[in-house]
Amino acid sequence: MGYAPRGMNSVAITLAPATELNLRATTTPAGRNRWAMADIASGARLWRLAMALGWLDIRLRYRGSMLGPFWLTISTGVMVAALGLLYSTLFKIDLHDYLPFLALSQVLWGFLAALVSEACSTFTDAESVIRSVRMPFFVFAMRTLIRNTIALGHNIVVIVVVFAIFAVWPHWQSLLAIPGLLLWAVDALFLTLMLGAFCARFRDIQPIVNSVMQIAFFITPVIWKPTQLSPATIEKLALNPFFDLLEIVRGPILGTDIAPSTWAGAIGYSVVLCAISWAFFVRARSRITFWV
Amino acid sequence: MAADALIEVENLSVLFPLYHGSSRSLKKMVVAAASGRLAQDQQQRVVVRALSNIDLRLSSGDRLGLVGSNGAGKTTLLRVLAGIYEPVLGRLHVKGSLNALLDPNLGMNVELSGRENILLRGLYNGLSKPALARLEQDVAEFAELSDFLDLPVRIYSAGMVVRLGFALATAIKPQILLMDEWFLAGDAAFLDKARQRLEEMVRGADILVLSSHQTEIVRSWCSRVLWLDQGKIVADGPANDVLNQYLGHVPGTPIPALV
Repeated sequence: MGYAPRGMNSVAITLAPATELNLRATTTPAGRNRWAMADIASGARLWRLAMALGWLDIRLRYRGSMLGPFWLTISTGVMVAALGLLYSTLFKIDLHDYLPFLALSQVLWGFLAALVSEACSTFTDAESVIRSVRMPFFVFAMRTLIRNTIALGHNIVVIVVVFAIFAVWPHWQSLLAIPGLLLWAVDALFLTLMLGAFCARFRDIQPIVNSVMQIAFFITPVIWKPTQLSPATIEKLALNPFFDLLEIVRGPILGTDIAPSTWAGAIGYSVVLCAISWAFFVRARSRITFWV
Repeated sequence: MAADALIEVENLSVLFPLYHGSSRSLKKMVVAAASGRLAQDQQQRVVVRALSNIDLRLSSGDRLGLVGSNGAGKTTLLRVLAGIYEPVLGRLHVKGSLNALLDPNLGMNVELSGRENILLRGLYNGLSKPALARLEQDVAEFAELSDFLDLPVRIYSAGMVVRLGFALATAIKPQILLMDEWFLAGDAAFLDKARQRLEEMVRGADILVLSSHQTEIVRSWCSRVLWLDQGKIVADGPANDVLNQYLGHVPGTPIPALV
């Protein structure tokens, strides 16, 4: 097949992959649901596109700087060092005990906060593509997740360095963080589909979301330890979805035991989040193109 | 060879909600709902009927031209056929690979190198790895980028950007080709090579749908013409007949009823 019969100029003829599209204006929930599922399936097949877009986003963000994405690592490192010195003095905690905790919490929280905030602009950022080619919306959700996962990968260096300095070594129990991270990924994809669509429709959602995350940062044990609370207050922590979700990843790495109720809470909150997100996405999917 | 291409549009309508200022704000919506004005607001939301009751059937070999004044719904119809706007009423069935040349800069990022832009376009089209390599070779050769291929598009000369955009748009050969008029905008300045490549692509496609104000191009490329006005089909028939009616019609006067 080295020789293409038609076209004297072109070395090779690239054929567009065959497709079939059978769109019917649907108003039934079942019909809409089928289209939303098809969106996910065809989007997942384009994972290589999502990977490329995610990587390029990171590269473009740090274009022209010598250290590139490692600026992420440095700024997180400086933040952790500064906060660590400040709060270990304020809270009168031993730095050996506090800094590994803070480094891990800060990096994980940074991932969550950036993900939620960027979820809002998932579709509005891709406006020109959405309006010029039929593209599954799930591709853009994957792109946001991949971009933030790459950023997390760079920040992990901070955790490794701090753990090495304070001689905190990982143990087998740390592997239990993996199911937690997988749950995060699923939640993130659903949340992105919902927030992306919702923020495309209502442009004043993103500042609201950012303020909510700011408040969540203070009421969730990120820079302070749950053990600093009175026992009665600790029990109330489970009511904070962010605590449960953060703890299922942070706990195993730090080697603290996780209560089954924490896992139950994390899964419960995730199910509710995914259900609401899915219901919204199913309803909104065909309208997103008109909203962006 | 893939199966025959087909486009079927049945009784299709597209409504555009117009969002402006206050309807974009959640706060205003909540306040309106709280004060019992929401139902009224919903009624007053401005909706544009961009296309109404379109019936159309195209099969392999058809060359359709879309004519009509600005805002007649030509581009909207192309977007509907490409599956970008989903119909609010009616049905759309498209069989066969499709390429819509709607936005000259689709996925083109000036900060990325030429090679990365080519790769990205290929990925947008869901090409396999070997096809990506062929695409890169084809585009790089046509656009004559040579050493510039690995440099950011930002530093390209204007001519190089045009060549790259054109080469990318025409690199992937579909069965169904949807083309908006921007593509013919610089027609006079086109190099022979570019014109040849475009015509080759048009000939290679099973179905062509071309939207243009330039009636001469429509006359030479299309065998059938659809005249749209305010989202409705005014006339649909052999290119010469419809174009003569279209050109004979004085804008602003009522459109004569046609068969």
